[in-house]
Amino acid sequence: MTARIGVVTFPGTLDDQDALRAARLAGAEPVSLWHRDKDLKQVDAVVLAGGFSYGDYLRAGAISRFSPVMETIIEQAKAGMPVLGICNGFQILTEAHLLPGAMLRNNHLHFICRDQKLRVENAETAWTSDYTEGQEIEVPLKNMDGRYVADERVLDELEAEGRVAFRYLDVNPNGSLRDIAGITNAAGNVVGLMPHPEHAVEPLVGTGKTDGLGFFTSILKKLVNA
Amino acid sequence: MSLDTVKHASETPDSEQPWKELGLKEDEYARIREILGRRPTGAELAMYSVMWSEHCSYKSSKVHLKQFGEKVPANDAMLVGIGENAGVVDVGQGYAVTFKVESHNHPSYIEPYQGAATGIGGIVRDILAMGARPVAVVDPLRFGAADHPDTKRVLPGVVAGIGGYGNCLGLPNIGGEVVFDECYQGNPLVNAGCIGVMKHEDIHLAKASGPGNKVILYGARTGGDGIGGVSVLASETFDDTKPTKRPAVQVGDPFQEKLLIECTLEIFKEKLVAGIQDLGGAGLSCATSELASAGSGGMRVELDRVHLRDATLSPEEILMSESQERMCAIVEPEHVDRFLEICEKWDVIAVVIGEVTEGERLEIFWHGEQIVDVPPRSVAHEGPTYHRPYARPEWQDALQADDAGKLPRPQTGEELKDQVLKLVSSPNQASKSWITDQYDRFVQGNTVLAQPEDAGMVRIDEETNLGVAMATDGNGRYAKLDPYTGAQLALAEAYRNVAASGAKPLAISDCLNFGSPEDPAVMWQFAEATRGLADGCLQLGTPVTGGNVSLYNQTGEVAIHPTPVVAVLGVIDDVNRRTPIAFAEEGQLLYLLGDTREEFGGSAWSEVVHQHLGGLPPAVDLDREKLLGEILISASRDGMIDAAHDLSDGGLVQAVVESCLRGGHGARLVVPEGLDAFTFLFSESAGRAVVAVPRSEELRFTDMCGARGLPAARIGVVDGDAVDVQGEFALSLTELRTAHEATIPGLLA
Repeated sequence: MTARIGVVTFPGTLDDQDALRAARLAGAEPVSLWHRDKDLKQVDAVVLAGGFSYGDYLRAGAISRFSPVMETIIEQAKAGMPVLGICNGFQILTEAHLLPGAMLRNNHLHFICRDQKLRVENAETAWTSDYTEGQEIEVPLKNMDGRYVADERVLDELEAEGRVAFRYLDVNPNGSLRDIAGITNAAGNVVGLMPHPEHAVEPLVGTGKTDGLGFFTSILKKLVNA
Repeated sequence: MSLDTVKHASETPDSEQPWKELGLKEDEYARIREILGRRPTGAELAMYSVMWSEHCSYKSSKVHLKQFGEKVPANDAMLVGIGENAGVVDVGQGYAVTFKVESHNHPSYIEPYQGAATGIGGIVRDILAMGARPVAVVDPLRFGAADHPDTKRVLPGVVAGIGGYGNCLGLPNIGGEVVFDECYQGNPLVNAGCIGVMKHEDIHLAKASGPGNKVILYGARTGGDGIGGVSVLASETFDDTKPTKRPAVQVGDPFQEKLLIECTLEIFKEKLVAGIQDLGGAGLSCATSELASAGSGGMRVELDRVHLRDATLSPEEILMSESQERMCAIVEPEHVDRFLEICEKWDVIAVVIGEVTEGERLEIFWHGEQIVDVPPRSVAHEGPTYHRPYARPEWQDALQADDAGKLPRPQTGEELKDQVLKLVSSPNQASKSWITDQYDRFVQGNTVLAQPEDAGMVRIDEETNLGVAMATDGNGRYAKLDPYTGAQLALAEAYRNVAASGAKPLAISDCLNFGSPEDPAVMWQFAEATRGLADGCLQLGTPVTGGNVSLYNQTGEVAIHPTPVVAVLGVIDDVNRRTPIAFAEEGQLLYLLGDTREEFGGSAWSEVVHQHLGGLPPAVDLDREKLLGEILISASRDGMIDAAHDLSDGGLVQAVVESCLRGGHGARLVVPEGLDAFTFLFSESAGRAVVAVPRSEELRFTDMCGARGLPAARIGVVDGDAVDVQGEFALSLTELRTAHEATIPGLLA
C-alpha cells in the first residue's frame, strides 16, 4: 500500500514535475493538483513546489495564497494534513500564515543557484523523520527572494520550540536570519524550506546526490504506517 | 490623420512617404511600388520595411548562406532544415530535437536587462513553434574589456535579464560562454540558444493552408514596445548623433511566456493546430506574411480585433510592434472552441483575427477598410538580395606576419608559474561561476551536465536514459587572424566539447556576428567565415540546421572581431555514460590526446602575457577532430575514461587546472619527450583533449588509440593537492582556486 502525494500547479509553478517525480521515486503515488480546483483528489499530503507563481508579481507567493486550492489546503493543514512548501511553496506558506516570518530579496540582490549544505535541526517533523538530528545534507538552492526574516520574538520562539528545521551550513547564501533555511509549524505537519530537495533524488542528475529523497520517504513511511 | 487605405493609396500616388525613416533604401522603395503597381499604404510600407530589413531578409548575407544548403553532408538525422523557425534532427527512439542560436546584440546594448531577457523569450518561442517542449537554454556572451566601466553597466544587466527571464520560465541554463575583449565595447554580443524535444509525429510547421481555417493570435496584448526593432535598431550602426533608440527595445514578461508554453503544449497534445508561428522580429508583419507565404497564399486579417495594451496604437504600429509572448496559430474551424478553451484555462488571451482564403493575397482590414493588399511572398520570401562587394583587408597580411611565436617566452620554472597564475586568473580564463550561478541549472530535474562542463547535457527520456548535449564556441581572435580557419576552429571546438562529454555530434546551428556589411573588409570576413563553416560541416558530417546572422555590430568605423559562434548538438544513448571534466579519483592516469605544436597565434597566452594579437591561428585538421571524437565517445561508452576535458584557449594547463579544481584533486605532470614545458602548457593546437584513465583500463585505452592512429601521450597522474609540473613548478589548489575564482566577482560584484 502506498500514499497519495499531491503537487499543486499554479500558473508559473516550475518544479511541479520534479516534485511529482520525487514522490514517485520514493514510492508514493503522485497526483497533480490544479490551482483553480478546490478538490484535493483525496491526497494524503501536499507539496507546494518551487517556481514563480503568478510571476512573483506583487510579492512572491502573495497571489497564490488566495487561489481556490489554497482555501482547502489551509483548512486541511490546520486539521493536520502534511504540507511541504519548497522555495516558492515556502513563500506561499508564510503568506498564508501557516508558517511565521517572511522571505525578502537575497541580501546580495542576485538570483543564486548553488549546491547548498544544510544541517537537519529537527528530525521529528512529518517530512524529516528519515533524517537524524544534526545530519548534514547537500541539496540545490536557487532563488531570488530567499532571505528568511521574522522579528526577534518569533525567532526566539522558533528556536525554543525546536521549530528551526534546517540551517545553512558553510555559507549563508542569502542573509537569512540565524542561518535559517527551513522551519516547521508547532504540530510538525507543515514544513517549509528554500532549498530544493526534489532536485536531489537521483544520482545522475542535479547535484549527483540523493540527499533530498529523505523528505519523500519520511512522509511516505508516516502515511503508510498511520 | 486619416486612414491610408488601399483605395486612398491608389488615388494619391505622389504622397510623400517616410521610407527612409523606416530604414528602406530608395531602390527598395521603388521596387515595392513596382510590385504593387502603386504606392504602398502606410501599413504596407511598415510591413515591407521590417520584413526587408537586414535582420529579417538576410539581404546581405543570403548569397553566402546558401552554401549551407548546397554543401550538405549525407546525414540521415536531419528532419527539418533551414528556413523553418528552427531545424529538427532525429535523435532516435522516436524523438526529434530542435535547436537554434540567435542574437539579441543591439537591444542588449541599449537596454541590457530587457534586451537579454527578450532574447531568451524569442528563441524559446522559436523552439516551441516547432512543436517541441523547450528543455534547456545556453548563452554565449561577449562583452568589452572586463575592467571597462561600460562592461559594468552592460554585463550585470544582461546576466540578470537572462536569469530573470530564463529562471522564471523553468528552463535549465546548461552552458554558453563569457568572453571579454575590447572589440565588443559598445557592441556586446548576446546570443541565446534553446533546445526542444518532441516525438517525430509532433513536428509543426509555419504555414497557413486550408481556406476557411482560422487565424488565431494568442498570448500577451500588443503594445507599443519594440516598434521597428529589426529595422531601425538591429540593422543599423550605432551613432551618437541620432536620437536614443530605447523605444525599439521590447519589454518581456516571463510569466506570460511560461503560460504560453504550457498552453501551447496542451494545444499541440490535442492536435488542434494546422500551422503555427511565433511572433518575434517584425511581429505580426512577419507572422502573417510568412504563414501565408509558406501556405497556399491567401489570408484575410481584421487587424482591429488584435487585443491591445495601448488602445491608441495605429494599424502601422500594430503591424510593426515586437511585443513579446505572442503566437499565431492556424486552426481548423471545428477546433477553434477547444483551442480557446485551453487558452482560457491558462489565462492566455486568444482572438480569432482572420482566416485563410482561396486567393493569393494577404489582405488586412482596419474597421472594415482595406489597408493591406499584397502578395505575401513578396513581403516574406522575395525581399532584396545584395551582392555586396568584398575584399581582403589590406591590414590582413601585416596582422598575419606579426607572428606570436616570436614573443618572449618564460625561461624559468618560476616564470612559467607566474604566467600560469596570470592566465587562470585573467578575466577570459577565470571561473565564471559568479555569472552562471545566477541561472537555474537544475529545474526540470534532467540536467546531467551544466557549466563549467565542456558541454551541457540533459536527459530526455527517464526510462531509457537517452540524452542530448550541446556546446557553443567561438573565438573572435582566431577569426580575426583568419576568418576561414577561425570559423572552422569554432566548429571544431564545439564538436570536440560535445564528444568530450560522451555524446555523438549530430548537427549544428550558428550565430554569425559581424560588423557592417557595407564595409568590404567585413563582407570578406563574412564570406570567408561562411565558406569555412560550410566546408567544415561537410567534412565533419554535421549539417547546419539553421541559425542567425547579426550584422552592423560596430560603432562608427570600428567593427567587432568577426565572431562566428557555433552550437553543436549531440546525442548520447545512455546519460549514465557521460564524461565529466572533473579529475575525481587519485591515481588515475592522465593522457594527452592529439599533436601539440608551437601554435600561439591568437592564444590566451599571447593576450594575457603580451596583449598581442597576430600571426596565424592554430591549424585545423577536421579528420583528426573526427577521430578524436570517435575515441572520446568509444572510451566513454566502454568505461575506459572517467574524465575528459577539451583543450582550447589557455591550452593544456588551463584544462588541467579546471579539471583539478572541479574534482578537488591535484595532478602531477611530466613534460613529454619532444616538447618544452612552455609549449606543452600553453600551446593551443586544435584536435586535443586530456583524459583521466583508470589504471585498470590503461592498456585497453592505449591499444585503442594506437590501433586507430591517435597520438596519446601519458603526461601524469591525478595526485595530491597541487598542480605539480615536475622539475618546473608546483601551484597548490588553494592558490589556484583563489586566483581562478576571485577575478570575476572582484570586477563585477
